[in-house]
Amino acid sequence: MTEKLYVSSSPHVLSPEDVPKIMRHVIYALIPTVGGAVYFFGLRALAVIVLCGAVAVITEAVILAVRKKKVSTIMDTSALLTGILFALTLPPSVSFGTAAIGAFIAVAVGKQVFGGFGQNIFNPALVGRAFLQAAFPVEMTTWVPPRVLQKVDAVSFATPLGGFKFSHLMTSHTSLFLGSVGGSLGETSALLIIIGGIYLLWRRYIDWRIPVSACASLVLLSAIFYLINPQKYPDPVFMLFAGGFMLGVWFMATDPVTSPVHPKAVWIYGAGIGFLVVIIRLFGGMPEGIMYSILFMNALSPMLERFTRPRMLGEER
Amino acid sequence: MIERALKGGVHPDECKLTAPSPIENFPCPERLYVPLQQHLGRKARPMVKKGDVIAKGQKIGEADGFISANIHSPVAGKVKSIDKVMLPNGVFDDAVVIDVDQESNSVAEPTWPLKPVDDLTPDDIRTIAREAGIVGLGGATFPTAVKLSPPENVKIDTLIINGAECEPYLTADHRLMLEHTDEVIRGAELVRRAVGAEKVFVGIEKNKPDAIKKFDGILKRKDGWEVVALKSVYPQGAEKNLIKVITGREVPVGGLPFNVNVAIQNVGTVYSLYRAASEGIPLIERVVTVSGDGVKKPGNFRIPFGVMAREVLEHCEARFGEIEKVIFGGPMMGMSIKGYDVPVIKSTSGILCFVKAVRREPYGCLNCGRCVEVCTLHIAPTRVVKLVRAAKWDEVKKAGIMNCMECGCCAYVCPSKIPLVQWIRYGKFMLRKMEAQR
Repeated sequence: MTEKLYVSSSPHVLSPEDVPKIMRHVIYALIPTVGGAVYFFGLRALAVIVLCGAVAVITEAVILAVRKKKVSTIMDTSALLTGILFALTLPPSVSFGTAAIGAFIAVAVGKQVFGGFGQNIFNPALVGRAFLQAAFPVEMTTWVPPRVLQKVDAVSFATPLGGFKFSHLMTSHTSLFLGSVGGSLGETSALLIIIGGIYLLWRRYIDWRIPVSACASLVLLSAIFYLINPQKYPDPVFMLFAGGFMLGVWFMATDPVTSPVHPKAVWIYGAGIGFLVVIIRLFGGMPEGIMYSILFMNALSPMLERFTRPRMLGEER
Repeated sequence: MIERALKGGVHPDECKLTAPSPIENFPCPERLYVPLQQHLGRKARPMVKKGDVIAKGQKIGEADGFISANIHSPVAGKVKSIDKVMLPNGVFDDAVVIDVDQESNSVAEPTWPLKPVDDLTPDDIRTIAREAGIVGLGGATFPTAVKLSPPENVKIDTLIINGAECEPYLTADHRLMLEHTDEVIRGAELVRRAVGAEKVFVGIEKNKPDAIKKFDGILKRKDGWEVVALKSVYPQGAEKNLIKVITGREVPVGGLPFNVNVAIQNVGTVYSLYRAASEGIPLIERVVTVSGDGVKKPGNFRIPFGVMAREVLEHCEARFGEIEKVIFGGPMMGMSIKGYDVPVIKSTSGILCFVKAVRREPYGCLNCGRCVEVCTLHIAPTRVVKLVRAAKWDEVKKAGIMNCMECGCCAYVCPSKIPLVQWIRYGKFMLRKMEAQR
């Protein structure tokens, strides 16, 4: 027998979807948001995003080489995605040095320490941001107004959530939705984020249950508080579109690696994020709570998974 | 006619290139290698020895026990030897090597009573299934006589005839349903009588509209019979899925169709049963789809058991030098063979040749949940495989691994290209090994 046939386990056909393709399309979905960041905060925003992307990819490559893994897997673009997502959570005035440190932490501590792709418990971009929040608290909470609002007083400028928490200032829903407000690079425009999110839903790259359950639980809970005392608590639409909730829910909570897969667990996970955001925003010391909400539900995800195994066909109810 | 659709599953490119090709009789080669293990269960015991002259249809292997099947010679000829050949699963096993006598038309008398089909009793039908070596031709090759003998305290009320043929490429059942509609229905009637079902459903996927039309034309005048037009989804033709889709009943974990009062048979099986009952011909050949970009002349062929894949592919003008992969069965559940010297057996629904073998380059698990979404048995493949890899055997068992039918949807859909089915097979193997040691 001279022929050499390739023998492998079934199935012998594979779907055309693969990891690099999914990662690439998530990056495409971020294009409107990145464009928005440049529009609202100038070319410096682009520089921060490019820097973070580059640091993330280089960090990944170096660590893979040190761990004697295939360095070519950086081509799956997951590190690049982490870098971009991380950059979008930064205040526009962040220094390049701080941004680079954060991007390094995101990939090194957020991802590679756990064993690399698919192994991490926490969203890497948010790990990087949480580190900066602790290490550089002032820099991470200093905000500049978007270019469309240059006339305002830049020294005491605050984000919509900060303004509400500390001075009880309301921001118009239209500005929140379109993005002409202060905030992190990628979080200001709900519209641009939702465009990307819908693209991902359409391509079926994210689980629809996560944005639906997170938004529903946030709106429901904040509506209850609003109805109890409309003077003291913000309205649910403000809660939905202000701060990093949209960016977090569409692009970070939906990170498949750190979110559950069993349908029941996914509902609890999403609802938990919305719930925690409301609690932290209304009763916590900080104006915004999306980052900790997602990180907390990330931590809970393996346990949720454990107790929500689907019922097998023919298994007793 | 009613319509149904399976929830979950996948829909790879159908590639049913050979759907318009009528069934051709494959020219019998000079030598056949008829394995004694062509079915699920115990290997048949050889009944002939070197030098024996045998007739067409003569029993050459005797079923060894209840879960086993007789083997018959597809041709008249002379036993050259009993030798080892490679089966599609890569295992070498005994086969009766027969030098075909092309001149002889000696045909063996059937070992079951031939009488008018309408006079056959349930016991007669079971005897025929057993004697004629009939096994499930959908792929599992479970002895049909066993399936026709449900426990006495069980009442079968529904019979399902499985014409879903949801595997890509395969069109053997499709052609059979088109060209032998009457025989399939009469065979189904025999099974209905044997198990005592009142209601008969014939499930056919909508990618075979001509077959649906043909069956519906006949069955709409037949009381208690109905065609079910199924949306094309893989693995709808899997027993448990088809039962759930058509009757809404769930076969209990670890159970069999009779647990929910259902019997289910593939169209090829009932056709073979009818031929055995009406003409006295045992199961000695089957329709095989030969397809893929590795053959210049694809088609559907009626091939005697024991013909080597090499001869089949020569006939279909295979591009031998260029082919990277040959599959016995469909692309989702079939077995890729190591060489061309593997005989066609009762489970061979197709021989597919591909110039380019799909190669996996696995990434880490993305935890995307696609495998959980497509698994029609709701086994949560990613979790099971993570437990297998961690060697947590108690948990692996509890997670329902033994329930997996290895349909391959999870591994097909996985964007990280993880060979989930292979891991599950390994897990099952380890559990069986540990149980045997206990």
